[in-house]
Amino acid sequence: MSSTTEQEPEHGDVLVAQVEEQLRAPAWTRLLTGSSTFIGLILVGLIVVFSILSYTNFVSASNARNVATDAAVLLVVAVGMTFVIVTAGIDLSVGSVLVFAGVVAARAMHAVGGNSWGTIIVGLLVALGCGLGWGVINGFLISKAKVPALIVTLGTFGMALGFALLITGGVDERSVPFKLVDTIGTGRVGNQVPYLVIIAFAVAAVFAVLLHATRFGRYTFAIGSNEEAARRAGIRVDRHLIKVYALMGMLSGLAGFLSLARFSTTTIGGHSTDNLQAIAAVVIGGTSLFGGVGTLLGTIFGVFIPAVLQNGFVIVGVQPFWQQVAVGAVLILAVYLDQLRRRSEYQR
Amino acid sequence: MAEPMLEAREIVKSFGRVHALRGANFTVFPGEVVALVGDNGAGKSTLVKTLAGVHPPDAGEILFEGRPVHIASPVAARRLGIETVYQDLALAAELDPAANLYLGREIMRGGVLGRLGFLDKAEMRRRGDQQFKELGVAIQDTSASVATMSGGQRQGVAVSRAVTWASKVVFMDEPTAALGVVQTRNVLDLIRRVRDRGLAVVLISHNMPEVLEVADRIEVLRLGERVARFERGDVTMEQIVGAMTGAIKHEEEAA
Ligand SMILES: Nc1ncnc2c1ncn2[C@@H]1O[C@H](COP(=O)(O)OP(=O)(O)OP(=O)(O)O)[C@@H](O)[C@H]1O
Ligand SMILES: [Mg+2]
Repeated sequence: MSSTTEQEPEHGDVLVAQVEEQLRAPAWTRLLTGSSTFIGLILVGLIVVFSILSYTNFVSASNARNVATDAAVLLVVAVGMTFVIVTAGIDLSVGSVLVFAGVVAARAMHAVGGNSWGTIIVGLLVALGCGLGWGVINGFLISKAKVPALIVTLGTFGMALGFALLITGGVDERSVPFKLVDTIGTGRVGNQVPYLVIIAFAVAAVFAVLLHATRFGRYTFAIGSNEEAARRAGIRVDRHLIKVYALMGMLSGLAGFLSLARFSTTTIGGHSTDNLQAIAAVVIGGTSLFGGVGTLLGTIFGVFIPAVLQNGFVIVGVQPFWQQVAVGAVLILAVYLDQLRRRSEYQR
Repeated sequence: MAEPMLEAREIVKSFGRVHALRGANFTVFPGEVVALVGDNGAGKSTLVKTLAGVHPPDAGEILFEGRPVHIASPVAARRLGIETVYQDLALAAELDPAANLYLGREIMRGGVLGRLGFLDKAEMRRRGDQQFKELGVAIQDTSASVATMSGGQRQGVAVSRAVTWASKVVFMDEPTAALGVVQTRNVLDLIRRVRDRGLAVVLISHNMPEVLEVADRIEVLRLGERVARFERGDVTMEQIVGAMTGAIKHEEEAA
């Protein structure tokens, strides 16, 4: 083949590429669907709007503290949910696992007795262990028994709550050590930043590194992107999925412990929609339900958007019921943008 | 002739009631390109997947460099130096090309960080870029996900991955199916270069001129069995097609 004829198809390719470029979704949709920047901008926009509407009430250390404290427990759950959804999975059991872990941890601390750090650490380990146990069950059934994640975790959602009710007879457990409530539950570092908030953000930071900088994170994305390809590349997919659901369970357990510390009771009836809230936060944060795409930073934004809306509506005197409407709309918008991205990428 | 690099004997593989392979034989020697041809559904991809550890055979024997081996998983195949370009490519579309090139073989950071599981993304990106350039895969934005790339570019990534890591055998299941003229030429040249390195290359293709151009030998599969073998040079397109369609059957006399 002469050099001139070899050149021609390449020119052709460049031309095709240019045409494709023009046929693709306009630039703004790519910016919007590209990363967590867009959702971060929405959060900033909300904060700006509420600040303008009610500067004195909204922009204060105590209000920021309230919002962050309310969001802290959900953030811990949503961090785990990010991993699960990145694998193209789902976990509906989180709220019940949270309650179960809280109940058993409260019982354990009661049994050990006293008001020492030793007792508290026992409670923490029990909560983490309970969560881990449910997570391993979920992961095993999903990866080995091949039961769809939606069904497995719907099942354990009912089972974990059922066991919690059986253990307590349906009555909230209130014997939580004072020291736990005074420090982790309601205490603040430097009298400003609540321990709960610091813990939640520390968890988010550690897991952000795990997701985005390590091999564990890379395999999580690879499995969500193409499970069969991951398997053929030698990744032990089943084992990895069990680990991911185990992590999710452990974080639910931690959330249960934090919730116990915060409310000094097991709040058995208060977590039936935690799963949907966590899923909404993760999806609003730009993680794709189809797997393989997502960021932990986005999830943080996704947790705070509903929290800021709720708080802002109360402050500016809008009926807080509007929050649910607004969050629902944001959720649908987020998934629509994900679909735009997928369409612009896969159409070719 | 030298000892075969890889030999499959009487491989049987069924999917439920579908008998994809019914005692298929296959041989490839080091330093040669074998074309594996046959009609749609003849069992070519199934045979490749069997020899690549994706789905182990129901019956039959596999010899690697003369020794009987069990290739129970893709990792087992990989340890033997066998790499595969799958017909469905098997890329993680949401990851970038370098991440796909190193999938399952990530480069880790040095020291403690590496042991903690931290990836050396910059190094993978750098070596990946270099590798793609060397193999003639044109990728404008190497940080974009594979999903945003053209079909040909994706195929380039899959081919690059296989030839980068293979040390003994490369299976290529229709590697030129989505390629333009120049890229097809690239892949065929690459196949020859890999062969000249002493590896065994197995090319599956429906493009007969391509097969006749690059293959040293041709093995024909029909209804899950090898029905013919041809040497380069003494075969015509008609003979190959005849074997594929069942009009000619001379496996017995082939050496
Ligand atoms: N995973 C599977 N499950 C069930 N049946 C399968 C599976 N893989 C292959 N088959 C069947 O096995 C037979 C052989 O398929 P195979 O993909 O090996 O053919 P092929 O020669 O590669 O064809 P093509 O040229 O179209 O790629 C077909 O009848 C196919 O339907
Ligand atoms: Mg095939």
